[in-house]
Amino acid sequence: MSSVTLPKSSDTARIAAPQVRNYPRFLLWLLGVATDGGVWFYTWMFVLTAIFLVGANAWAIQVAEGMIVTHMTDHVSWGLYIANFTFAVGVAAGGVMMVIPAYLYHNKKMHDVVIVGELLAIAAIVMCLMFVTADLGRPDRFWHMIPGLGRFNFPLSMLTWDVVVLNGYLLINLHICGYMLYMRYLGQRPNPRWYVPFVMVSVFWAISIHTVTAFLYCGLGGRPFWNSALLAPRFLASAFVSGPAFIIVTLLILKRMLGERISDEPIRLLVNIVRVTMVVNLIMIVSEVFTEFYTGGSHTASARYLFIGLHGHYGLVPWIWTAMVANVAAAVLFLSPLVFRRTSVLVVACGLAFLAAWIEKGMGLIVPGFVPSTLHEIVEYQPSLLEWKVTASVWAFGLMVYTIGLKAAIGVIAQSPQLPDEGPTHD
Amino acid sequence: MSDSQRANGSDPSSASNAEPLLPILGQSGSTRRTMMKGAGLTLGLAAFGKAISPLTAIPENVSVAEFLQQHYKELSSDDKKTILARLEAEAKENYGAEVSISDHRPIPGVKFGYAINLSKCNGNGKCVEACHTENNHDRTTQESYIRVLEMDKGSMDLETANTTYTHTVPQDDKFYMPVQCQQCDNPPCVTVCPVEATWKEEDGIVVVDYNWCIGCRYCEAACPYHARRFNWEAPTVPTDDINPNQSYLSNRIRPQGVVEKCHYCLHRTREGRLPACLEACPTGARVFGDLNDPESEIVWILKNKRVFVLKEDLGTQPSFFYFFDS
Repeated sequence: MSSVTLPKSSDTARIAAPQVRNYPRFLLWLLGVATDGGVWFYTWMFVLTAIFLVGANAWAIQVAEGMIVTHMTDHVSWGLYIANFTFAVGVAAGGVMMVIPAYLYHNKKMHDVVIVGELLAIAAIVMCLMFVTADLGRPDRFWHMIPGLGRFNFPLSMLTWDVVVLNGYLLINLHICGYMLYMRYLGQRPNPRWYVPFVMVSVFWAISIHTVTAFLYCGLGGRPFWNSALLAPRFLASAFVSGPAFIIVTLLILKRMLGERISDEPIRLLVNIVRVTMVVNLIMIVSEVFTEFYTGGSHTASARYLFIGLHGHYGLVPWIWTAMVANVAAAVLFLSPLVFRRTSVLVVACGLAFLAAWIEKGMGLIVPGFVPSTLHEIVEYQPSLLEWKVTASVWAFGLMVYTIGLKAAIGVIAQSPQLPDEGPTHD
Repeated sequence: MSDSQRANGSDPSSASNAEPLLPILGQSGSTRRTMMKGAGLTLGLAAFGKAISPLTAIPENVSVAEFLQQHYKELSSDDKKTILARLEAEAKENYGAEVSISDHRPIPGVKFGYAINLSKCNGNGKCVEACHTENNHDRTTQESYIRVLEMDKGSMDLETANTTYTHTVPQDDKFYMPVQCQQCDNPPCVTVCPVEATWKEEDGIVVVDYNWCIGCRYCEAACPYHARRFNWEAPTVPTDDINPNQSYLSNRIRPQGVVEKCHYCLHRTREGRLPACLEACPTGARVFGDLNDPESEIVWILKNKRVFVLKEDLGTQPSFFYFFDS
């Protein structure tokens, strides 16, 4: 039968009516399942909700009193929000490292858990949109950006491209996850017409979200630190470290909770992917650092500020060296055979890799673009407490979305564990 | 997963038969759990409402008319009349000042250019002050569209420049270079704006619609000359200090959370007067005029002096020039 899951599509008319009405009901049922759990689940969600509320309050204060409550200035006009936005785009794109083996190489075990990566993409994109909104001076004028209502400066402004690719990626992944779960719920074999094209598009789309986000920065001639052709490839390499690292930890937690139903093979494959992307990322960092420091001159002032300090200002030096040490340590751990023998080593390796990418693609990328300023003034930046609150809040919300998504998926899979007609993909 | 859930979920049709009003609450089978969920949801929503309660300040600051206002280029002359009257009333209400806000349009055929004689400029900073008062800048931050760089003689390296000097000027081993918006012919700030809130007008001036800007500050990141400023909070200007001669695209008091920049004092220059920074300059270093007028002083300078522009390699094509006497 054809799909029943695309209420926005023009094909809706051709689809049997009762089932169209059932999809929203399925989603409600899913939400019910996803919010049922044990004591630990409610504690986890309660803590996340509490953090989210603290940050929501901080954001409301920021909107009411103005962005003076942040520590951003005309010299460093983007800070912690845009840093986290950039990193979260990478996490969203990283999920594709499960999609490629699952659908392009037909890895059956990966296919079973690929939804973990797709749900991570959804949660991360939600975080991206929240971070951008938090950074707006006038969120009340958000509608100015809606095509048709406002004036959408497409295709000139790279920010409009980012709006298109991020929202597109969100919709694609919502569709894929929703459709696959619904089919599983109905006990039907998914119709390839309704997911294969979307999965293929999502592979390229995942690359595009991080490429376009890099283009936001590397297209600015006035900021030599960002104005590097290597920026987009570097973004992708680190995304394919941080995304899989997060997914590996998720799979380990799920394995602990659900037991044997989560196989080791996807984790192994992801570790092998990170072994490559991690090294590629390090090579590109070395290449960039060499070019900056061997050339010298005022174009490299930002890199000097970042790594060794500039004219007595050292604000980011501890950050970037933490990232560098974490990067190298994670690479060593990932490359050693210990990651397969001891789960604790693997978790530490993933944590270090994630932390390193968060600094390197966050504060370590955004802030040096502004220091020194375009007139070579040095104004340093450290986020205010309020900025940290808002940032923690967005992370908490993202984790809530991710948790709910995983619970929903587990709920569906648990209530229809056997799928005889799925045949080859289930052993 | 609890047994009750499994029993309930195992038959998809049962959910549609029962058709609970709110399946989130109704399906778990346990009234206690349902009640707990309901209480949690209510509590959560109440806490969320309390958390975002500072937002209730917005309706006081943003009227419905302002919220719905269209982009400057889509406004009819009637729309503009209403908006200007509203802005004047807001200035009266929020700042206690009687101001007159006009909408100055470019003079046909004119293209403005600015040049600074670096041999004459001695870094006294009168232009910075004049800009500050003329354009109703925030008094607490001493904001201005102009920065004066104190440079080492024998070098054009901006990295050795100083903008925060407080000693007497001029120093023997220094020269002085004021920098403000270069009104580029190829402005990166305009390209990057996601909502077209900033654009280049026919007379070469790059303007901002302060009522359309969403405050993303991408233009601030894109500008190679540090020419743009953000209103991190609502500007404070004492009533008596407010310059009442204002224009929509120039020196009217800016709202909180939007970007602003030098507009060549278009409320003066489009009336045939000179920019405030030029009038304030005691050294005569500043030359302003029409690049399309072959008889203008600025054209004479471009023809007869060795002129340079800042960061020419970036291809921004400034309408702002620097030269030396000899």
